[in-house]
Amino acid sequence: MTKILSTKDLAKKIVNHEDTLILDVRNTDEFDNWKIEGGNVEVVNEPYFNLLDGVDAVVGKIQKSQEIIVVCAKGGSSKMIADMLEEEGFSNVYSLEGGMKAWSEHLEPVKISDLSDGGSIYQFVRLGKGCLSYFIESNGEAAVVDANRMIDVYERFAEEKGVKIKYTIDTHLHADHISGGLQLAEKTGGTYYLPEKDATEVTFDYAALEEGNDIIVGNTAIKVQPFYSPGHTVGSTSFIVDDKYLLTGDILFVKSIGRPDLSGKAEDWVEDLRHTLYSRYKNLSDDLIVMPAHYSFADELGKGGSVSARLGDLYLRNSGLQVENENEFRKMVTENLPPQPNAYEDIRKTNMGKITPEPEDQKVMETGPNRCAVEG
Amino acid sequence: MNITANEILDAKGLACPMPIVRTKKAMTDLKPGQVMEVQATDKGSTADLKAWVESTGHQYLGTVEEGDVLKHYVRKASEEETKEETKYEDVIDLTELHSKIENNEEITILDVREPAEYAFGHIPGAVNIPLNELEESINEMDKEKDVHVICRTGSRSDLASQKLAEKGFQKVKNVVPGMTEWDGPTEKNN
Repeated sequence: MTKILSTKDLAKKIVNHEDTLILDVRNTDEFDNWKIEGGNVEVVNEPYFNLLDGVDAVVGKIQKSQEIIVVCAKGGSSKMIADMLEEEGFSNVYSLEGGMKAWSEHLEPVKISDLSDGGSIYQFVRLGKGCLSYFIESNGEAAVVDANRMIDVYERFAEEKGVKIKYTIDTHLHADHISGGLQLAEKTGGTYYLPEKDATEVTFDYAALEEGNDIIVGNTAIKVQPFYSPGHTVGSTSFIVDDKYLLTGDILFVKSIGRPDLSGKAEDWVEDLRHTLYSRYKNLSDDLIVMPAHYSFADELGKGGSVSARLGDLYLRNSGLQVENENEFRKMVTENLPPQPNAYEDIRKTNMGKITPEPEDQKVMETGPNRCAVEG
Repeated sequence: MNITANEILDAKGLACPMPIVRTKKAMTDLKPGQVMEVQATDKGSTADLKAWVESTGHQYLGTVEEGDVLKHYVRKASEEETKEETKYEDVIDLTELHSKIENNEEITILDVREPAEYAFGHIPGAVNIPLNELEESINEMDKEKDVHVICRTGSRSDLASQKLAEKGFQKVKNVVPGMTEWDGPTEKNN
């Protein structure tokens, strides 16, 4: 009998930095494009179709006594290969339930901190895709920032905490993943906020984020201060929560900065991006903790699985913030950009309400890494 | 696109890994050089089948989508075709063939691959008669024509060229190496 490992259990291993050996049996192109990373993960790739006559090809690469987690696209092939390995005397083999498809959807809540008035802030880490969303709760109310499509996860979490989701907020119109902001607000009777400048083509009602109009979560003053910070998109807006946390959306990441080209306007938005990073953010307190909407590199996952950094520290070590020369900066964010995220144009249309793909198609559109950053 | 295959494997409704497992099994019963159509509904089957087929030395021809059904075409490797030596002496290379086409010279390009191979990409204007049907078609062909015989790697066309010469064709050339290296224009069946 194959032992099955849930995505939740795998996520725990990764955020706890446990030694994790993964045998990924998808074809090598898919593996090279996108794989499980983070923590102390080691991954070996050998396509399942090379193992049909026997598992000899991997015998030299993995030990019989090691714990091995077999992973494929949807969980079918990994089960078959796990069975075969067991028959060959591998004693500690698991098959990842639902494969990479399920892994792409797993959200792992990580508590960041209590807030000054007794509330708290959580980061939901989407390990399979590098997306980060935020759950801020205080006195029975909650706001979710950059919610993913899997809204039931936030709903369940709110239920467990005994709070009501009153606001859902997107820092910008996303191009790498389908937003759950609108659906979550509809489901909970809350208000969905979007930056007006990113919402010119949306087909639904929303509330406009405006600098100066703070969003209050709970009766006490946990301000969610919108801070206009264009560059990744023209409307990109950051938030300062509890005067301590700076939610940067896709403008500033821990090891990189946002790319300005996903709406096809790299040249136009370079100036905005530079101004936001080198002037607007610079005038903020160095002690703010940057909480981005993505991470790109597995080693950005810190203790407990969270992704964050002090703003002042990023001005010292984030390569995207060290380019004083304007031309060099322009070059960096417009040339040699990584490939664009899978189906990004259709994802933007979905987030504008222009198209409504079937749930299965939405999953497929989102496969692969987020690729929202430029490396300096 | 209507494509002829020697065998059809129905793997519709099966999830990964079954389409590949079934294909692998069915391939053992296929004769070398024959083409199989694999019908599948699993979207991942295209990339996996292609990677598997190529890793085993067989030939992946292409995939046609019809509604929800993916029809993959694969051809079983044939040892005869991996022989490097060719016997027929009058050969021309691809560059020469390319310039003949560009100069609009009056030549007949005879593509002796299987119809499914031809369907997924051939030189515009090429006539398709698979090697194993050449014998029966030979009498309908004009022996005076300038025939340039092409296949995938040059070995089936070698056999075809010998056969044509035996039957009294005067101006037969074997094009080497063949479609694998051809970088000129191609077209697909509709």
